[in-house]
Amino acid sequence: MSGMSKIVKTSVNILFPLTMIFGLYVIAHGHLTPGGGFQGGAIVASGCAMIVVAYGSKWVFKQIKEKRLSSFESIGGVGFITVALLGLVFSSVFFGNFLAGSNLLFGTTPATGSTGADFNTGGVLPLMNFAVGVKVIAGLFVIVLVMAYASSVKEWDT
Amino acid sequence: MEKRTIVAVLVFAIVAVFFFFSIFLIHPFGKPGQVNMDDHIIANTQNETGTNNGVTSVVFDYRGFDTLGEATILFSAVAGVLMIFRRVKQ
Repeated sequence: MSGMSKIVKTSVNILFPLTMIFGLYVIAHGHLTPGGGFQGGAIVASGCAMIVVAYGSKWVFKQIKEKRLSSFESIGGVGFITVALLGLVFSSVFFGNFLAGSNLLFGTTPATGSTGADFNTGGVLPLMNFAVGVKVIAGLFVIVLVMAYASSVKEWDT
Repeated sequence: MEKRTIVAVLVFAIVAVFFFFSIFLIHPFGKPGQVNMDDHIIANTQNETGTNNGVTSVVFDYRGFDTLGEATILFSAVAGVLMIFRRVKQ
């Protein structure tokens, strides 16, 4: 399968950046608005799956290898566990929120009650959201890409 | 009728009866039995975790182990898919 028609490709070219912006927004604002790493990663991965549908999996395989995506997924998982272990080091509990209220990175505490909060809040939650977002993007995209490629080839190297 | 079919219908009927009578044991809607943890999280999530989103504070802070398990599930799913489709000729 070498891609679909020019109309589909042009539509995907227009829709893909908007999907990326929306998904990355959901990941980055996971500690303020509904959503988070899993949901935003699923949005971004579905945008990448749209590219796979429109351009064909062979074209996508020429651009990026699945080993690289797999290593991205491992980086996300290792970052997640690293943040959790840093909580064990600095706050004496696994998954401890050592950045909340420390006035460092993401350290501001919002006012109590139903008020608005700025981006610089949440402690370690934004970091975990980024790590899980990278993990989910790479994981779902590599699943879609490898399965699409395997369904498009005729012969299997048994 | 086969013996297996009779046994399956019997088991299905027994389980359905148990499920049906468990309906009357559910607490009324909007009135959970234990509210101590909910009240604690709603009252203290802004001071303890510094975020306005209570759901994210539960998912990534109060119940971080659960999210670690979810990430492990995703990792093993990706590993399984890559292991199955590795033999496809490039």
